[in-house]
Amino acid sequence: MALTTVGGASNATRRVEDEIFRRGRDLKGTSFRSLMLSALGVSILILIVLIVDVFVDGWSVLSTRLPDFITGTLRSQSSSDALGISQGLLGSLWIAVFVTVLSFPIGVAAAIYLEEYAPRNLLTKTIDIAIRNLAGVPSVVYGLLGLFLFVQTNNGNSTLYAGGITLAILVLPIVVITSAEAIRAVPSSLRQGAYGVGATKWDVIRTQILPFAAPGILTGSLLSLSRAVGEAAPLILVGAITGRLAPRGGSFVSLDQLGDRFTAMPIVIVGWVQESGRDPGFAAAAGAAIVVLLALVVMMNSVAVTLRNYFENKRG
Amino acid sequence: MVGLRTSSKKTLKGQLVSAEETTTEVADVEVDRTVDVIKEPVPMEIADEDLVFKASDLSVFYGDFRAVRNVDMRIKRNEITALIGPSGCGKSTVLRSFNRMNDLIPTARVEGELLYQGVDLYDERVDPVEVRRRIGMVFQKPNPFPKSIYDNVAYGPRVAGRKKGLDDVVESSLKKAALWEEVKDRLNDSAIGLSGGQQQRLSIARAIAVDPEVLLMDEPCSALDPIATARIEELMAEIKDEYTILIVTHNMQQAARVSDRTGFFSVEVDEENDRRTGLLVEYTTTEKLFSNPDDERTENYITGRFG
Repeated sequence: MALTTVGGASNATRRVEDEIFRRGRDLKGTSFRSLMLSALGVSILILIVLIVDVFVDGWSVLSTRLPDFITGTLRSQSSSDALGISQGLLGSLWIAVFVTVLSFPIGVAAAIYLEEYAPRNLLTKTIDIAIRNLAGVPSVVYGLLGLFLFVQTNNGNSTLYAGGITLAILVLPIVVITSAEAIRAVPSSLRQGAYGVGATKWDVIRTQILPFAAPGILTGSLLSLSRAVGEAAPLILVGAITGRLAPRGGSFVSLDQLGDRFTAMPIVIVGWVQESGRDPGFAAAAGAAIVVLLALVVMMNSVAVTLRNYFENKRG
Repeated sequence: MVGLRTSSKKTLKGQLVSAEETTTEVADVEVDRTVDVIKEPVPMEIADEDLVFKASDLSVFYGDFRAVRNVDMRIKRNEITALIGPSGCGKSTVLRSFNRMNDLIPTARVEGELLYQGVDLYDERVDPVEVRRRIGMVFQKPNPFPKSIYDNVAYGPRVAGRKKGLDDVVESSLKKAALWEEVKDRLNDSAIGLSGGQQQRLSIARAIAVDPEVLLMDEPCSALDPIATARIEELMAEIKDEYTILIVTHNMQQAARVSDRTGFFSVEVDEENDRRTGLLVEYTTTEKLFSNPDDERTENYITGRFG
């Protein structure tokens, strides 16, 4: 560019060219960018390795008998034709029900109270910080809580409700925090506009705040559901064991199961990985179970994203 | 000034006026720096039956900090009262105390007396929700709800428990706000898609849908272009027969054009702690305030020597 204009350009033009043409490369910027890119690359690579690994491990099961595997039950021999994960799926389904029924309503209600009703004082600030810290407490600690509260008080019997409630408590702080953030993001102009035409506090919450915050609340809630379904450590402590949760009274899902011993997908996987030392065939079963669990979590997250998009479109 | 008024009437009758025509006229107004008010003289005294608000030595506090002091005002029914003054003088704060919007700020409180048709607005028995139904508010930034145009206007009547006749309320409110012709074929479209000027007229329609007695307007034109501003001003002139209007504005020409009475607020800075307290310097008829103010501070402000 500069070469072609040398003949015709005035001195003034050349001076401006000198000033505004690119000089060398932005080394710091370029290297920072590469650093970020490689960080992203490492994360994606690890994820790919993980997914490929479990697919390879589980391929012999996934490719030959996936439907039977899903409806099958826990067996002592990996060669059994009836080997499968139905009890684990059922247990995880129950856990999802517990989280949905307990954590979502309580968590969202607590968030509404904290953001809209509670006065801003030392007490509420302390509660706010405490909830944030609770969200970071290791899940094993919740397992201990569940063990003391629901197992030891029940003569040491492990029950499905003990596991469900424990995981519901585990994700409760996450639901509160994400819902509170979503409520805080509602523009004050909407509140004022509604109050300005004579809306009561409840009107404002019902017609402005909840609809506007719904996408954020939903996303947070469903992500916490995925978290609960994937947790193993607290369940081990409250006594989820392999080989339990049989269908009762002829029906696959029954409320009587709440008082039964139980298992869940992560526990099934842990159990099979342990068994694979004795019976190498369990490694393939564990791989296949992980793929199913991953698919379950991806499905939940897709529902979350779809719902969020729906509500975001709706609020215009 | 007069030109604008005339064109306003024309606009309302013909509904459509070419953009260029309006622009020139508004531009004329903008360059016209001398504020000569040509309107019927407003009597100074207000009979008791026409008195809507009576503020006596009203102060508004945020915590320990007194934001505004010494507000003594008598607001007359079916008049437009303007509050003017430099930034930070507390005119919006005063306006918001008139329908208890300041209640939304936890630390805000008032001292002194504010009577609305003889009733103390800050009596503990007063329900602020009922106050805001009677004393509506239009905000500085247009704030349509993320709902349809129809649902925006119907919002107030709905939260008041009204279920029947909403179509009529929506239509008449949009007509009063001079927005009906532009939106009547797309009432179910989102209000977010309207232009800024249309959104602000929608806010006015939303406010009058609950049939208030008073409209408080907090710098309703500050985010609008001159054409949209002229529309809002002509709208105010149209609806003042039905409502008592208080408007806060930064624009002195606007105050001079639309209002019957004007209050000028100023700021005192406390040198010790750099705190600024607003106060009502002068409150009188718009004609007097802009032609022959009593207070030197008012004169300095309106002639551009201060603020």
